[in-house]
Amino acid sequence: MSKKQVYIQDVTLRDGMHAIRHQYDKKRLKDIAIGLDKAGVDAIEIAHGDGLSGGSFNYGFGAHTDWDWLEGIAAELNHAVLTTLLLPGIGTIDDLKKAHALGVKSVRIATHCTEADVSKQHIEAAKKLGMDVGGFLMMAHMNEPQKLAEQAQLMESYGADCVYITDSAGALMMDGVIDRMKAFQDTLSDDTEIGIHCHHNLSLGVANTIVAMQHGATRLDASLSGMGAGAGNCPLEVLIAVLNKMGQATQADVNQLMDLADDVIRPLQERPVRVDRETLSLGYAGVYSSFLLHSERAAQKYGLNTADILQELGRRKMVGGQEDMIVDVALDMVNKK
Amino acid sequence: MKKKAAIIGSGNIGTDLMIKIIRNSPALTMGCLVGIDPNSDGLARAQRMGIEICSTGIDGLIQMPIWSEIDVIFDATSAKAHHYNFDKIKAFPTKKVVDLTPAAIGPYMIPAVNLDAELNQKLGLNTDLHHTLNYNMVTCGGQATIPIVAAVSRIAHVYYGEIVASIASKSAGPGTRANIDEFTQTTAEAIQHVGGADRGKAIIVLNPAEPPLVMRDTVFTLSEPSDREKIRASIHAMVAEVQRYVPGYSLHQEIQFDDIPEENPVFIEGIGYKYGLKTTVLLQVIGAGHYLPEYAGNLDIMTSAALAIGEKMIES
Repeated sequence: MSKKQVYIQDVTLRDGMHAIRHQYDKKRLKDIAIGLDKAGVDAIEIAHGDGLSGGSFNYGFGAHTDWDWLEGIAAELNHAVLTTLLLPGIGTIDDLKKAHALGVKSVRIATHCTEADVSKQHIEAAKKLGMDVGGFLMMAHMNEPQKLAEQAQLMESYGADCVYITDSAGALMMDGVIDRMKAFQDTLSDDTEIGIHCHHNLSLGVANTIVAMQHGATRLDASLSGMGAGAGNCPLEVLIAVLNKMGQATQADVNQLMDLADDVIRPLQERPVRVDRETLSLGYAGVYSSFLLHSERAAQKYGLNTADILQELGRRKMVGGQEDMIVDVALDMVNKK
Repeated sequence: MKKKAAIIGSGNIGTDLMIKIIRNSPALTMGCLVGIDPNSDGLARAQRMGIEICSTGIDGLIQMPIWSEIDVIFDATSAKAHHYNFDKIKAFPTKKVVDLTPAAIGPYMIPAVNLDAELNQKLGLNTDLHHTLNYNMVTCGGQATIPIVAAVSRIAHVYYGEIVASIASKSAGPGTRANIDEFTQTTAEAIQHVGGADRGKAIIVLNPAEPPLVMRDTVFTLSEPSDREKIRASIHAMVAEVQRYVPGYSLHQEIQFDDIPEENPVFIEGIGYKYGLKTTVLLQVIGAGHYLPEYAGNLDIMTSAALAIGEKMIES
């Protein structure tokens, strides 16, 4: 196993947005970013949960714009790199330029796991701005390992410094992660890093992150107390504790992270971020984790069962970004009754 | 006698439009299909159908004897190529151009909105089919959704219009994929300029499911509080209007209304805190199955709208 230092990217202030309907207060967000920087994470991602300009009826309007959240953060960070996320089809290169002007030095460009070619324009634009760029292949469980690796190779060819296996549905199991890591290792150039982004819907967030690292992943995503869509992400404080026990070096301080997770983040959660009937259904049915709160709202409004809606979305093979189809599914279910 | 059309671009859109002209158009006949790749499927198909072809782009077309007989040119290339093409075409001011790229050199054209005299006046569109040389067809998602935004606008002031277009991966050609920002930006602008919203937003999602999923479009508007039944009737009338040129266009669900109360407004970038009536319209567009199968409603709505306008532009 490599003892080379790994790069820890926190997603509390981006994926974590999903857990509180994108409602972080600007001041609170800044305090959390400063706390994460002091605790030694390598990168801090800030954006609406669905990336730059994700604020919408479809995904939920944020408490602030991305620009308000990002403003003034870069100057406060001593160690961590300020990063953001962009989904082509939602955000644009103009948005990327605005974020860059606010001190964002690194970006992940996210596409569905079979649609890497829509990221070409954005990856090239980010490289032109001199940014560090990750390609983010979402819903990675929906593409077989070698085909996923070919999509990763496209992102590499556009200039991505790192490509991620992004388990948006928290549906991958450890063998599935290992097979995808092996395909990436065989297909990508040695200069391209590999990253892993997990969701905890099957309680495998930490385990999957660790096996990815053991098979060559050098960039690991995590969030405080797992604050993220669905059952959340790989919990950051747990990941660092495990890495410490494994003798794997990081810059992060587990005690500070535990305090932030329990004292600052958990009290913000309106709905506990945990594995339960609804979030387990996401992982079990292979459904985009961000659909959770939208489906719970639709279930309440139309008198349905959240788990039933989620499983129907899975059957219909809905992909990330199709939140509008949740109400469509709910209405179909009401009409059938 | 039918007038002659040329189509530049032999990809999915150009080929589908060619088939529509051949099969359906009472006013137009195919003069020439123009591409840049002599081996493209579109050009091969045109040749099999006995249609004259040109594989050297607009420059080649202008040199051909048939050029003098062409009355209307449909451009189904890319925004960048359209700038080049229109530069050449405008030296011949009797020729009309229908632009199916997001270049938007000419004014936006959504037939169900621009050709409705009342909406044309209310939304200040100044549609002039006889004197405008170049109309832009916005995007497939715009053709499907902007009529709905305008249908709300004719009843109530629309602060914000948002659309989500979901299309099958197989129906998005390389041009669309390489220029996804042009889709979101052009559609958002047209939601404002043609749909009448103060602020527009557009989202596009590609879904690779097999068998491919039929094109779906969702429209959300936030308007001043207003009579829901009037809005409902206006939208139903608009759907019927679009169906006249796109038979596979329909409401997939009953129209949904929600109150956004003053004490709990939404925060929308660019216009701030807003409350009022939220209207949600879930649409489906089943293609006619001319070039690509029925799932490709995105192709069908674009080419059907373009053909409808091409025919109108040459009516003397």
